[in-house]
Amino acid sequence: MLHVNGVDHLVCVEARRSLADTLRQDCGLTGTHVGCEHGVCGSCTVIVDGVAVRACLMFAVQAQGLPIRTVEGLACGDILHPLQEAFIAHHGLQCGFCTPGFLMLAAAALEQDAWLDDAAILDLVSSNLCRCTGYQTILAAVKAAAIVMREEA
Amino acid sequence: MTTWVGRSIRRFEDPALVRGQGRFTADLPAARWVRFVRSPVASGLVERITPPAGSVCITHADLVGVRPIKPMLDRFDYVPIEQPLLAKACVRYVGDLVAAVLGTTAADAEDIADQVLLDITALQPVMDTPSALAEDAPVVHAGMSDNIVVRAQMCTPGHAQAWAAADRIIDCDIRSHRQSGQPIEARAAHAAWDSSGRVTLTCTAQMPHLMRTAIADLLDMPEADLRVVAPDVGGGFGQKMSLAPEYALVVWLARKFRTSIAWVEDRRENLMASFHSRDLAISVQGAFDAQARLVALSGDVLANVGAYAPYPNTAAVEPLMSFAELPGPYAVAEYACLARGVVTNTCASAPYRGVSRPALTLAMERLMDKAARSFGLLPEEIRRRNLVQQFPHTSPTGLIYDTASYRETMELALRVADLTRFRQRQVTARVEKRYLGVGIATFCERTGYGSPAFAARGMGVTPGWETVQLAMDPSGFVEARIGASPHGQGLRTTLAQIIADAVGIVPERVRIIHGDTDRTPYGWGTFASRSLVISGGACLIAAQQLHTRLCRVASIMLEAAEADIELRDGIARVAGTDRTIAIADIARASYHGAHRFAESPGLQETASYDPLGTFSNATHIAFVDVDVETCAVRIERFIVAEDAGRLINPMIVDGQIRGGVAQGIANALYEEIVYDEHGDILTTTLADFLMPTAHEIPPLEIHHLETLSDASIIGAKGLGEGGTIGAPAAVLNAINDALQPFGAELDAMPATPLRIHDALRAART
Repeated sequence: MLHVNGVDHLVCVEARRSLADTLRQDCGLTGTHVGCEHGVCGSCTVIVDGVAVRACLMFAVQAQGLPIRTVEGLACGDILHPLQEAFIAHHGLQCGFCTPGFLMLAAAALEQDAWLDDAAILDLVSSNLCRCTGYQTILAAVKAAAIVMREEA
Repeated sequence: MTTWVGRSIRRFEDPALVRGQGRFTADLPAARWVRFVRSPVASGLVERITPPAGSVCITHADLVGVRPIKPMLDRFDYVPIEQPLLAKACVRYVGDLVAAVLGTTAADAEDIADQVLLDITALQPVMDTPSALAEDAPVVHAGMSDNIVVRAQMCTPGHAQAWAAADRIIDCDIRSHRQSGQPIEARAAHAAWDSSGRVTLTCTAQMPHLMRTAIADLLDMPEADLRVVAPDVGGGFGQKMSLAPEYALVVWLARKFRTSIAWVEDRRENLMASFHSRDLAISVQGAFDAQARLVALSGDVLANVGAYAPYPNTAAVEPLMSFAELPGPYAVAEYACLARGVVTNTCASAPYRGVSRPALTLAMERLMDKAARSFGLLPEEIRRRNLVQQFPHTSPTGLIYDTASYRETMELALRVADLTRFRQRQVTARVEKRYLGVGIATFCERTGYGSPAFAARGMGVTPGWETVQLAMDPSGFVEARIGASPHGQGLRTTLAQIIADAVGIVPERVRIIHGDTDRTPYGWGTFASRSLVISGGACLIAAQQLHTRLCRVASIMLEAAEADIELRDGIARVAGTDRTIAIADIARASYHGAHRFAESPGLQETASYDPLGTFSNATHIAFVDVDVETCAVRIERFIVAEDAGRLINPMIVDGQIRGGVAQGIANALYEEIVYDEHGDILTTTLADFLMPTAHEIPPLEIHHLETLSDASIIGAKGLGEGGTIGAPAAVLNAINDALQPFGAELDAMPATPLRIHDALRAART
């Protein structure tokens, strides 16, 4: 049983199946993208039990029973998460393939501490790879979202 | 009146993408999955392929009647080479396709592929251009007399005389080591057969219509029976432009097994067997007069093009582009060049953002810095004396440079940079054993070129024009079906801005339809910084036609002269009056009351555009800090002054520049595809092929000039590639500036710590 975005998914998978493949192919949640399958690019980042993880490096069975959040669960209905809003406003995406990973990476960090300073945000964003943007607009988006999240907190 | 062109409106692409609701090829479920068995050796004869019992394993022998990929170039000096979809008798690089196996899941197929036994007799590979050109080198393609696939040579009549009369000759030999575009989404293809016999191929493509033609030709099937869909595509950078043999195989498999078949490439395959690029050695010699003016230029271009030729551009694309565009932004009259493309036992080389221009710009910009030093001039001063300032300018290779601002753009960048102050700081820092450097790169970028440019190359397939089918539906919304195929560039937004202004509606009422051969007119897709200029030009023409037609209908409905009708913000108005009608009402009437007007029913307009091409230009200035102990390079500051004509959406323009510069910095400092001497590839993970992170890419200071050229009817020039073109030369010039106290020079990229270390050591001995 996987608890994803508040919904239970009863899936039967091989022990070797990654969480990323399971989310995408067994739960139908294709918003989590697979970029390198060896833990470098971070496109598959999801939040498991409050922590950002590379879903390509975690087996689905390891995530059993833990709360999992994917990009599909980030918005609240029609209301986008501040990070989603900020990525649009600051042109933090172009092709959009790496975007779900960056969003979940930043969501996990900012929900824990919305007061991260610029150096910490740079360290955070350098966890993942983007090939389109040159990162500066992603940094701007995360900083802008942090301000909104501080006010909301 | 609201105008939309020139505004940084939010992208229409983004809401779905940030919600994880993008639709990418790998998201599709399939009945069966394919895994390709690839050659583990660089050169060899395939003796036997033994699949595990009970498996489905397709080899060359099964592909009866399937043609090889053989892109053609109509030139006497080009040797066409063939690539069978699966190895026929020999393998030519590590990663070459040998067999295809099917499984019920990707993992299942991978397990089966691992059990396929390959009996291959290994042969001596040729890995680089020196060994491929050696007298006794084995030929990569049997039947060729040597390994040269293209050899272009020219010399202007006055070259020898200018050379002899020159004050001095400056030499520069640069090396661009092998690169890879590396979109974060690797390639993927999904072919679904339906009971009518048609196949829908959904794939990561930049040129969906040409993929349809190419695959139908290879498989000898009616093109009408193949639909190609490029859904959301996770970056391309050229890698998804050329025909992948894997895509044709997936279509073949779907037809053979009458089912849906998926292939999702993994990163190792992408690094090993998707297209590589920019494996170039360029030697330039500049003949300068006593005033440091470049009077004659000689070039020798040697391109390692890999084992096969990409369709449609052929294996000649990198050497011939270097040959044609080497003089760059400089007004040199006399030019001689030899350019050769050499096949080796490496992955095929194909266009990657900028193609060969990052390397040729490196050659020219290093040449200018070396010449400046020789003449005792500042780098900016020698450029002032040599940049083209009269437009239109015809280059020695016959390229026509349209109106631009080479000099003004450089001066803008210099004003921002304040080099006087920097050079003072540089001197002070040296006392503290810190080595700072500044590097300038100026370049022009040929963009938005139509079929005449491709015809001049002699390409068997001559791309260039674009068509748009524009229709306003009865609700007053406009649908524009385009042949371009964006994959991150934001064309759904920028084209909507152009159409909105030309029709007189808001962009939110414009839908851009792309990436589906069933729904869009034949076109050439998105590459070569062309889509906004050419597809945007076609959109403008069609939208103006629609505007005219709406005015005619409105004049009847408002009982006024057609010339008095104004369309703005969704309203048709008789100028100077309060008599109005909503454009949506005109649209409704055009369909449901068509009998009232002397017009063909409905509101459809089609237009095509096929321009000669337009050159954008830019200056990049990089400031670096080189640690001479660790040989690490830190970029302190990076300035871009760019003139790409009219900015349609400044936010998107700056995004293209930022992303391009990031790839340029990656080329300059970090990324390299490495083979060992046996032909094995050593860089098959992202821990070996070092893509930069946010730590390595500095903030950019971007400044614009907007020189309008009549070479582009929308006024915008292409700029998608410029960032990658200028950044390597700026960074390398800056590193060389920093290393000046040691007398060390480095003309190879990437400038890795090891290469910097070697350059410093060479200077000491």
